[in-house]
Amino acid sequence: MGQSPFIKKFITGNFYDEAVLFPAVKKVRRAGYRIHDVFTPFPIHGLDKAMGLRDTSLHTAGFIYGITGTATAVGFITWALTVDWKLNFGGKPFFSLPAWIPIAFELTVLFAAVGMVLTFCYLCQLAPFVKKDHFNPRSTDDTFVMALECTDKTNESDAIKFLMDAGATDVQVQYKETGWWLGRYDKDTMRFEKKKEEVAAH
Amino acid sequence: MSLLRYESQVRPPLVDGDKDYHQITEDICRPVEARPSRAWWIGFLISAALLAFGILSVTMEVIYGTGQWNLNKTVGWGWDITNFVWWVGIGHAGTLISAILLLFRQGWRTGVNRAAEAMTIFAVMCAGQFPIWHMGRVWNAFFVLPYPNTRGPLWVNFNSPLLWDVFAISTYFTVSLLFWYSGLIPDLATLRDRAKKKWAKMFYGVAAFGWTGSTKHWQRHEALSLVLAGLSTPLVLSVHTIVSFDFATSVVPGWHTTIFPPYFVAGAIFSGFAMVQTLLVVTRKVLGLQDYITIEHIDVMNKVIVLTGSIVGIAYLTELFMAWYSAVDYENFAFFKNRLDLNSPYGWSYWLMMGCNVLSPQIFWSRKMRRNLTVTFFMSILVNIGMWFERFVIIVTSVYRDYLPSAWSTYYTPTIWEVGFYLGTFGLFFTCYFLFSKFFPVIAIAEIKHILKRSGENYKEKMDVVENEDLNKFSAEQTGAPLTS
Repeated sequence: MGQSPFIKKFITGNFYDEAVLFPAVKKVRRAGYRIHDVFTPFPIHGLDKAMGLRDTSLHTAGFIYGITGTATAVGFITWALTVDWKLNFGGKPFFSLPAWIPIAFELTVLFAAVGMVLTFCYLCQLAPFVKKDHFNPRSTDDTFVMALECTDKTNESDAIKFLMDAGATDVQVQYKETGWWLGRYDKDTMRFEKKKEEVAAH
Repeated sequence: MSLLRYESQVRPPLVDGDKDYHQITEDICRPVEARPSRAWWIGFLISAALLAFGILSVTMEVIYGTGQWNLNKTVGWGWDITNFVWWVGIGHAGTLISAILLLFRQGWRTGVNRAAEAMTIFAVMCAGQFPIWHMGRVWNAFFVLPYPNTRGPLWVNFNSPLLWDVFAISTYFTVSLLFWYSGLIPDLATLRDRAKKKWAKMFYGVAAFGWTGSTKHWQRHEALSLVLAGLSTPLVLSVHTIVSFDFATSVVPGWHTTIFPPYFVAGAIFSGFAMVQTLLVVTRKVLGLQDYITIEHIDVMNKVIVLTGSIVGIAYLTELFMAWYSAVDYENFAFFKNRLDLNSPYGWSYWLMMGCNVLSPQIFWSRKMRRNLTVTFFMSILVNIGMWFERFVIIVTSVYRDYLPSAWSTYYTPTIWEVGFYLGTFGLFFTCYFLFSKFFPVIAIAEIKHILKRSGENYKEKMDVVENEDLNKFSAEQTGAPLTS
């Protein structure tokens, strides 16, 4: 397989125990191999730290969406009931904030939840009809699959041996077309932002 | 690493049997991948028939108007709003289990949360039907939304609890749906990767959104779940609080009560847990999931039932005390003549409510009873009957005798179409639940795997050995003698 810019080479290894996986991740990183991703059937706490991933800022996004919801509710109701059409409810003040708290709260939650889920789907590039490659279908069952990305400098047989020594079984070399469907653990390629020319190039 | 996650032996295992990750996948996917059983078809067809009858009942109401229901001069809210509050209440247990127990780090929620969340969504769907069709001219239902209209624009009344309800219920439904589905995505990916049939590959392929199980995605997924749980917790409390405001902000004796919000929320969790028990006692048996929904789960949920049932009981007594202490004639009349008096027209419903909600759950102080499936199932039905009557008592006994005896209504009984509408929502609920249990994993696969090494039976046993060894070694190092006891 030549060095086509659209084909990448990966070495994948399977792990069946977190207790083996964690030291392996550390060893592989220390040896300077580039981990493309580790695919796991369930969230493993601490694996993101071990892989050197930064924390997600999804929380911050959620907070901003929530504040937007509060502002929308309070702003709109204030405008509707004190500016646009003043209605006298039993002589109470037009600006009656306590009575608006329930709706302001509901919109805060609604905006935060919907916004966060959409952001989550965007960041992870998840949507109906999207297909992605995750090297081994058993990684959604019982297998932790580590995929190393090979560069020009990577010695294939050394890397395979290294992975096996680290405790991986069924080590394989896999060739993948590059593209949005591969994704990357540190940075997802933004499929929905892709320019037309780039798509045509494939 | 697994040592760091070690959990005390005091807590019983949450996953029975000698399981590994693959076995969990197999066990939970089996009912989804197998052909539906005869029992499933019978249940599904009965539900669909009920749903059809419900549709007929609603059609009658739409064609001929709300006059098809026996609502009368003072009983403007009867079975419809009773059913609405009842269904909304049932929904609350799902969010409690999935959100509040996640924040409190309760490992046992993982066995039951998926089914309970699904129950929430279906129950809220059923609840929403009642206020919508109660509008009569249902084609004008969109009038409740604040949209720019040609009447001014004349905005909706943002100060009204009925409008708060619109926002609360629709937000609750949306957020519950998002929470449920975002949790389902990894499990749908599991089904997708196992699928052999063409339609299954296609269906789960579309539904799984291209999930891969990438570490970064899991990290974001965890963050999302946690924040959604944090949002859902106050949300679920707000929803039934706002539903209770529909009554509490009025000046009708029997409704004009400041303890309604906490009392309604406790009642909602109470009835919701009862419905979870009804569903899961059957589901675990039919789908063979006894290793995941264990007696331990049933036991803890029964503890919640006895707790919330007792809170509800205190609320009933507080109401009575406040009515007496207020020294207001009308309050006294509403509570002591219209409800407590067994000889009054609806006295029987008050005592039925008291018996089912306050007295009967006390049986669960006994551990033996909490762990008895037959008793649990029977009790869960009883509690739901009781909680239906609570809403009936609150609504009907407060309004059937107005301030003026001349406006006292005749005895309110529902028509066949009111009953049919209620039965129809059962049809809707169970049709959805049957479809859910056939096409989706009823237990959160990834979450069970996540707790397996802390709470699985076989791992607990292994940890027991490790713990004893370590203690002996530790003791020997410190005191020069191994630990003896």
